[in-house]
Amino acid sequence: MAFKQISSPHGHNPQNTGWIMQLVLLSTIPGFLALSYQFGWGTFLNLIVAVVTSLTAETAILAFRNRPIAFYLKDYSAVVTAVLLALALPPLVPWWVVVVGSLFSIVVAKQLYGGLGYNPFNPAMVGYVVLLISFPIEMTTWITPLSLLPDGVNHPGLWESISIVFAGNTPVDGVTGATPLDLFKHSNGLVVDQIYQNEALFSQASFAGVGWEWVNVGFLIGGLVLLKTRIFTWHGPLAMLGTLALMSILFWDGGSSDSPGSPIMHLFSGASMMGAFFILTDPVSSAVSNRGRLIYGALIGLLVYVIRAWGNYPDAMAFAVLLANFAAPFIDNYTLPRTYGHTDRRKATEKQEEE
Amino acid sequence: MSRIWETPGGVHPPENKQQSMAHNIGHLPLPATLVIPLHQHIGAPAKVGVTVGQTVLKGQKLTDASNLNNLPVHASSSGTVIAIDDKPVAHPSGLNALCVTIASDGKDQWIEHAGISDFRQCDPLDLLQMITDAGIAGMGGAGFPAAIKLSPNHEKPVDTLIINATECEPYITADDAAMQEKTQDLIQGIEIVGHILNNPSRVLVGIENNKPQAIKALRSIIKERAIEVVSFPTKYPSGGEKQLIYILTGREVPSGGLPSDLGMICLNIGTLIAIKRAIIDGEPLISRITTVTGEACGVNRNYEVLIGTPISHLLAHNEFDERNCSRLIMGGPMMGFSLTSTEVPVVKTTNCILAPSYAEIPSDLPAQACIRCGLCAEACPASLLPQQLFWYAQAKDQERLEAHNLFDCIECGACSYVCPSNIPLVQHYRSSKGEIRKANIDKIDSDNARQRFEFRKLRLEQADEQRQVKREARRLATEQARATNSDAQSGSSAADIIAAAQQRAITKQSTPEQQKAKSERALLAAQSRLEEAENRLTEATAHGTKEQQAICGASLEGARQKVDQTQNRLKELSD
Repeated sequence: MAFKQISSPHGHNPQNTGWIMQLVLLSTIPGFLALSYQFGWGTFLNLIVAVVTSLTAETAILAFRNRPIAFYLKDYSAVVTAVLLALALPPLVPWWVVVVGSLFSIVVAKQLYGGLGYNPFNPAMVGYVVLLISFPIEMTTWITPLSLLPDGVNHPGLWESISIVFAGNTPVDGVTGATPLDLFKHSNGLVVDQIYQNEALFSQASFAGVGWEWVNVGFLIGGLVLLKTRIFTWHGPLAMLGTLALMSILFWDGGSSDSPGSPIMHLFSGASMMGAFFILTDPVSSAVSNRGRLIYGALIGLLVYVIRAWGNYPDAMAFAVLLANFAAPFIDNYTLPRTYGHTDRRKATEKQEEE
Repeated sequence: MSRIWETPGGVHPPENKQQSMAHNIGHLPLPATLVIPLHQHIGAPAKVGVTVGQTVLKGQKLTDASNLNNLPVHASSSGTVIAIDDKPVAHPSGLNALCVTIASDGKDQWIEHAGISDFRQCDPLDLLQMITDAGIAGMGGAGFPAAIKLSPNHEKPVDTLIINATECEPYITADDAAMQEKTQDLIQGIEIVGHILNNPSRVLVGIENNKPQAIKALRSIIKERAIEVVSFPTKYPSGGEKQLIYILTGREVPSGGLPSDLGMICLNIGTLIAIKRAIIDGEPLISRITTVTGEACGVNRNYEVLIGTPISHLLAHNEFDERNCSRLIMGGPMMGFSLTSTEVPVVKTTNCILAPSYAEIPSDLPAQACIRCGLCAEACPASLLPQQLFWYAQAKDQERLEAHNLFDCIECGACSYVCPSNIPLVQHYRSSKGEIRKANIDKIDSDNARQRFEFRKLRLEQADEQRQVKREARRLATEQARATNSDAQSGSSAADIIAAAQQRAITKQSTPEQQKAKSERALLAAQSRLEEAENRLTEATAHGTKEQQAICGASLEGARQKVDQTQNRLKELSD
């Protein structure tokens, strides 16, 4: 009798990549619920369109590449990309915007680079940036948070939402409005206290900005769950949020008319929490070592703040992440951990000594 | 209570140790044959010292030499040598190796042997020789000759003796059982080693806290001795020598170095018991404790097994169900290697035979893409970046692999164990290490070849120079001689030379008859060639291409000219 010859280790813990991806998906639920509560059915429709498009595109490309389709679909990575893109897009954006973004994410940013594990850039963010540059009006039209809707106006219901998204109907007046970061960017000449008094978006807020603060709290909760389950380490998110907070403290400027905003507003507005826990933690396109991820996260925090404060866009998570993706291999070269038995860290670019 | 340090990384696979601890250490009936491989340690094997047909006694040496590098092996029972040939052995490669096969006579008759009652009176060097003669190699897995470790190191005297009782691999309980049932032997072994090492200032027994019985047994017996039993939280691979040293002392063995560089020595439980037997009882290493476990075995238990016992014998006595066995592993599930045959014998390093069922260790799932999640880096006890090593292993980028400290990988398997994409990472590292080693050997070879070539060139140049010098010297000498001669015998010599040359030319020339006969033969040959060429041309005109016709035409013309030439020459001679 001959037994199979298999190299060690024999046996394996039960975790697998599909399971990790599913956990990431589950952890987006608090953020998704907050978005839906604050902004209506739009995000849900984004989700459906993005997931269907992404799975179709993934299947088609896998078929073209002669890969086993079921085997690769089971890793859930296409679904994760689709969900993250859908959560980042403004609710009630026309369906074709979601389709273009999803196609670009899956086909160009992921599969053309070789599929899961080989994409140098975060696919969801590539899709997002393509949309932001190509369709700026659709991409910057946000919905008014629930509590700020004018009297007698409600968020469109499911059927009305569907007609807006798929048939191009326009929502009722007052349903769309600015985001806190938008408002801050375009309120030049007012000191921070005035903005906070005059604008309902801030004056009625609990601590950061109506609606958005709860969306960010939702993603923070989901992120903490992932941190607790050790899907990623604290290094990237903490470095990003820490740098963002540090920058906004440094340039707070006492709340003058030039101030880019308070640390609390920056941490709990726009894509801060979603970016910190769900975008920059994409392991494929980030730096690999813990030290590397500290630098990578800090770089994203820095870029987000710089673009928010002095750039042309109110938010900057996608740009910051993509720029940091460029830097990740470089960061990796200089952030190897110190191996057991070595006195120093080595550099990845170290050449063998010539004798 | 000693302080302990925590190693980075590590994993917590299911321990599965309780199954084999339900019984005490068992003994098996004598197997019919014993297959004893000659090479069971790190180093070169010794030469066979017995012949086929020879009768051997239990404990008799089977090899001729016995020194530090060529450890001897011994007959584990009495009987007759029936074969000395290559047989399948316990090696990851699955290759065969030279073994002495003994048909046991059932008497299990010992050779005369005697130990030392008071080892403290002995010179440590004599004790080391006894340990070498007993064939003791590290029984934890690597099989490093114990006497080499214990040999005095004058640069760095040993001040810390570490007893590795960690046994961090799941399933294996051989050391645990030995500590509970052979506590006295173990302590004596530690004392002997302490004497050899000139009483090191610290003796630490490192043990995981999942062996409370063994900890209790040890602590109860060492009260008045200067031995510390240090227990620490269970985590794989705390039993790796380097990891254990860090846990107990907070110091790291330098990369590429040995514990002795830190003035430390690390020995395994089994090794210490074997040392006690060698010194006190005079018995060589012919048996060891091996765990037989896994769901494919009806009985899970530790056995005192004779070295050379075929695995099939062990399995047969443990209700082994072959159809339910997913793979047969020698060693533990994390670092053990799979056996292809049950005929492989137990050797000095066999701490476990694991026969898991399909439910227990299912077949490996196909590998998915690496998403660089970093779980492997979190699990790595050596603080490597397994995901980067994997990336560069696939790219065969040897420079980057070395820069990422590939050779500091201890192949513990923690990274593969946690990899959510089921990538056999360790296998990639093993093969990359092999490739780099081979590339280094090739480089040395090519460097040697280049040096040889350069040396040869130099040698030829030097020889050439020497010849030039000699030639010059000769020429000068001739010129000198000629100058002195020319005065005495003016000119006559030149005329003589010409005459002699003419004479030689005449004798060389053959007679006209011979020349004529030669020419006639040449003519005949040329004519037959001409005929042949004509035939070929007709053939080519009929069937061949233009090119072939041209070639045949040219060769016909050549043959015709040759015939003309020989005819002319013949005519000249006839005239």
